[in-house]
Amino acid sequence: MIFLRILLSIFILIIIWQCIVSITNVPHYILPSPLRVLESCWENYSILLQNLGVTVLEIILGLILGISFGFISALSLIWFRTIRRWLLPLLVISQAIPVFAIAPLLVLWFGYGIASKVAMATLIIYFPVAATLYDGLRRTDIGWLELAKSMRASKLSILIHIRLPAAMPAMSSGLRVAAAVAPIGAVVGEWVGSSAGLGYLMLHANGRMQTDLMFASLLVLAIVALIIYFSIDFIMRRTITWQPESLLTDYKENK
Amino acid sequence: MKKNNDKIKTTPQSIKLENLHFSYGKSIIFENIDFELSKDKITCLLGISGIGKSTLLRCFAGLVDLIPPSKFSGFQEKPAYMGQQDNLLPWLNVLHNTLLGSKLRGEKKDVLKAMEILEKVGLEKYAQQKPCRLSGGQRQRVALARTLMENSSLVLMDEPFASLDALTKHKLQTLTAKLLQNKTVLLVTHDPLEALRLGHRIFKMAGNPAEIYEMDFPLDIKVPRDTSDEKVLNAQAKLLNSLFLDSTS
Repeated sequence: MIFLRILLSIFILIIIWQCIVSITNVPHYILPSPLRVLESCWENYSILLQNLGVTVLEIILGLILGISFGFISALSLIWFRTIRRWLLPLLVISQAIPVFAIAPLLVLWFGYGIASKVAMATLIIYFPVAATLYDGLRRTDIGWLELAKSMRASKLSILIHIRLPAAMPAMSSGLRVAAAVAPIGAVVGEWVGSSAGLGYLMLHANGRMQTDLMFASLLVLAIVALIIYFSIDFIMRRTITWQPESLLTDYKENK
Repeated sequence: MKKNNDKIKTTPQSIKLENLHFSYGKSIIFENIDFELSKDKITCLLGISGIGKSTLLRCFAGLVDLIPPSKFSGFQEKPAYMGQQDNLLPWLNVLHNTLLGSKLRGEKKDVLKAMEILEKVGLEKYAQQKPCRLSGGQRQRVALARTLMENSSLVLMDEPFASLDALTKHKLQTLTAKLLQNKTVLLVTHDPLEALRLGHRIFKMAGNPAEIYEMDFPLDIKVPRDTSDEKVLNAQAKLLNSLFLDSTS
């Protein structure tokens, strides 16, 4: 039902879009019709696929690196008191600097290739993962910790068997945010300077008034972003089956 | 009513905390108190909220660091601890919650024994269920199974039935008394009837700083006692009255 509704609303949006184009007769290089965008997708599918591959690679590498660094940071923060004292304020201050602002710097340091985009995506993914996991690890139920302590569990055992699973629901929120922002990181990196990727293709098409190709790239990017988000969401739902979803059930009950 | 401090007899048959001090910041909860648990008996500790009974239990459980000259004696192993909340881990099923202690210590899991204990508490059919599927009483029974699985001869219980309804509480008290035979038990509670049903010895914590008094009632030795027993009811009235006086003083 939900999917049908989503499809229907998209369909209505496309109709409105088509109507606007037909009624106002706006030139196709300002606003191409949906049909023209689809045509462009079909005509340029090899270029789109080629650039999509680059962007997806950047996003996936960024996700792997960002999540790993976030994980390591959160674990170090919870494990070492000294690191907590020195790193935590730095972490917060670092978030005051917009990642987009240092994108040119990253390109300067890591070059025009894939590395600077991966670095960009990693940076943007890192913070939500580190912050939410650290928060989750910190908020472990005192009752569980005391029970484990009374059972003579070691600090490591408590971390692995109690704190980490208990932090999973909090971290899954961070992962969902990460999945949503990952494409932004990659594309902004490509805008600043690159020779491949969907972001590059968009700039290139824009510069040559190929607005239909730009829309086509945007469409592909949106689909990829949705696939990444829902995959992570699916994995999280499968892993964290004990987390109650009161919102969804309330919704069902009210109907 | 007699003050416990002067009455400690040094026998090998008891587990003792001596010279116990505890304070939160500048406010002293208790100082220089001694408390002993009779071996293989259920000792109940009553008192009004916030008096420090849970803290005393936590001293026995090793959850509070003892400050010298405080001393713990008569028991070498680790005690089994059961808190007011069931503290079941929502991501583990009933069986694995029961086996939590061995998992945390990296020991071999004795599934057969866990199933045997789950059968005793009447939950063998729920072994593969997650705790969210269970009622409050069932959850507390899993907590009891987990406590028994620790196989310790000292069991510490901190108001384990406080959050249950009267009937479930009654049933669980009966089950607990049956399953904890021949174990040394400290049961902290604020419910006089619970103490009178289950306690071989009943103590009360009162005063500021708190002190411990033994409450002597003419009661049957066998537990769980019948709640309709006149002696139990009389003792309940006296205990309630005494706790009421503590709360107003």
